[in-house]
Amino acid sequence: MSLQKDLAPTTGDEVIQNYTINFGPQHPAAHGVLRLVMELDGEIIERLDPHIGLLHRGTEKLIEHKTYLQALPYFDRLDYASPLAMEHSYVLAIEKLLNLEVPLRAQYLRVLFAEMTRISNHLLNLAHHALDVGAMTPGLWLYEAREDCMTFFERASGARMHTAWFRPGGVHQDVPLKLLTDIGDWLDDRLPRLFEDGMALVVDNRIFKQRNVDIAFVSKEDAIKWGFSGPMIRGAGIPWDIRKSQPYDVYAKLEFDIPVGTKGDCYDRFMVRVEEVRQSIRIMKQCLAQMPEGPVCSDDRKIVPPKRAEMKASMEALIHHFKLYTEGFHVPEGAVYVATESPKGEFGVYLVSDGTNKPYRCKIRPTAFSHLQAMDMMSRGHMLADTTAIIGALDIVFGECDR
Amino acid sequence: MSHPAPHIETPKGTVAAIKKALGKDLLAIEEAHGEIACHVKTDKLVGAMMQLRDTCDYQQLMEIAGVDWPDRDPRFEVVYCLLSLTKNHRIRVHVTTNEDVAVPSVTEIWPVAGWLEREVFDMYGVTFAGNDDLRRILTDYGFVGHPQRKDFPLTGYVELRYSEEEKRVKYEAVELAQDFRSFDFMSPWEGADYVLPGDEKGASK
Repeated sequence: MSLQKDLAPTTGDEVIQNYTINFGPQHPAAHGVLRLVMELDGEIIERLDPHIGLLHRGTEKLIEHKTYLQALPYFDRLDYASPLAMEHSYVLAIEKLLNLEVPLRAQYLRVLFAEMTRISNHLLNLAHHALDVGAMTPGLWLYEAREDCMTFFERASGARMHTAWFRPGGVHQDVPLKLLTDIGDWLDDRLPRLFEDGMALVVDNRIFKQRNVDIAFVSKEDAIKWGFSGPMIRGAGIPWDIRKSQPYDVYAKLEFDIPVGTKGDCYDRFMVRVEEVRQSIRIMKQCLAQMPEGPVCSDDRKIVPPKRAEMKASMEALIHHFKLYTEGFHVPEGAVYVATESPKGEFGVYLVSDGTNKPYRCKIRPTAFSHLQAMDMMSRGHMLADTTAIIGALDIVFGECDR
Repeated sequence: MSHPAPHIETPKGTVAAIKKALGKDLLAIEEAHGEIACHVKTDKLVGAMMQLRDTCDYQQLMEIAGVDWPDRDPRFEVVYCLLSLTKNHRIRVHVTTNEDVAVPSVTEIWPVAGWLEREVFDMYGVTFAGNDDLRRILTDYGFVGHPQRKDFPLTGYVELRYSEEEKRVKYEAVELAQDFRSFDFMSPWEGADYVLPGDEKGASK
């Protein structure tokens, strides 16, 4: 601001200049490395220009230089708040190109863990959204439950975050029965208790409502025009969920409801996510009840490597193992666009294969791209302090946005 | 039972409806892996997209992907992924272009195209006529080149470090401690279409 002495306002004669401020890239409420250039009139936002790409790592370029299997762990590192949901789109895209059948148990396991990912992602987002508008305690309680999710991921795959557990053809390893019973107990008791306690603090809280209700309206028309998906489009009142309308894996066999918002403001988006956690609990319970015994990976030896025990006895298995971990499998020529319902919205993979062992092109459709782009439209006319609430309700992670 | 990827039922008569709506602007339409891909004349893209949105009910533009085919002419392919919320169906629209031929922008139809086109421009150098905000989006401020092109090296051309002497971040040409290794694991019995080292005689037969 350059308010020189002779320009200083006198009583009854106010001189207010528009000024531009820089928000981020190292702001705790920016949920990562987001830089916002904001033009303000007093405290009212006139224009907002998000600068992204500060976390660009060239994932798509790297994938073109790796075999299909080697490219898989890059997906964990996209949206590091919901790694398994990222892998899900990619393995489904490969399976679609290969027309590969996946055993039922593997599909149930994938859905079970994809829903756990959804819970852990929403816990993180709800916690941070509350924190961004000033509520500290729910965050601490929800992190407890999120930590449990991490422990379950670790028990299934060996890694807390970057699991690389979904593989083309199924999942990497079967889970022990004790893990499934522990997840069942957790869903029955500990998770609902922690979650409902945490939510009881904010959902009817006066301050929380003042910060979120009527903030950043998005009409149905705008939500469609701006390419919204996931909780953002449902918050606007459109009942669209890819799990329901274009079911993948075993979602067609499971019962769950799709929450929608009534007004399309930040509070609606928050509440949609709250209800989605409850629905995810429902889905996970059904998965545990319905999951059959059986193999967890396709037995197509040209795609899925054999187990170690088999390699000790069979020369052919040994050769397959060696070839699959060096050359990798070949995917027939073609192109597919496969989108799944990640916790943040439609996460798509446009995979082009030229018949070799490496993807020719792997375009990743991040959910945050369209949502963040609409930030300007959503924040115009709002106060500076509302930005944090709006970003909180967008649910963006920059690993995914910048790739 | 086949693959477990998202189950999308193509409504009957979709191909015929698209053919009718696009008319001569449609170069080819193909169906593979249960997905419909329409190849459209590049200069007629906006009109075709309008038709697809208004007549065929593909309300949402989900994604714009660039693809580089160095051997082809025109070299670049731009792929638009459309979604119909009412018909519960997806299609792809493909156009081709060169470095010096601008693709008409669809920002007038879908504002979400703004950033998506910026990304294709950033990554491939494809320009979009009518997009008034065609800045780079993912690469660094002041970046030179288009990294997703097939002839752009994986390592890039510059690397940056903090210079203690100059007290600032400096860009320098990439210096590799060893040559960049690109392993070729392709089986010489299937898939590989090059001459094996030492087998030049056999290949000439």
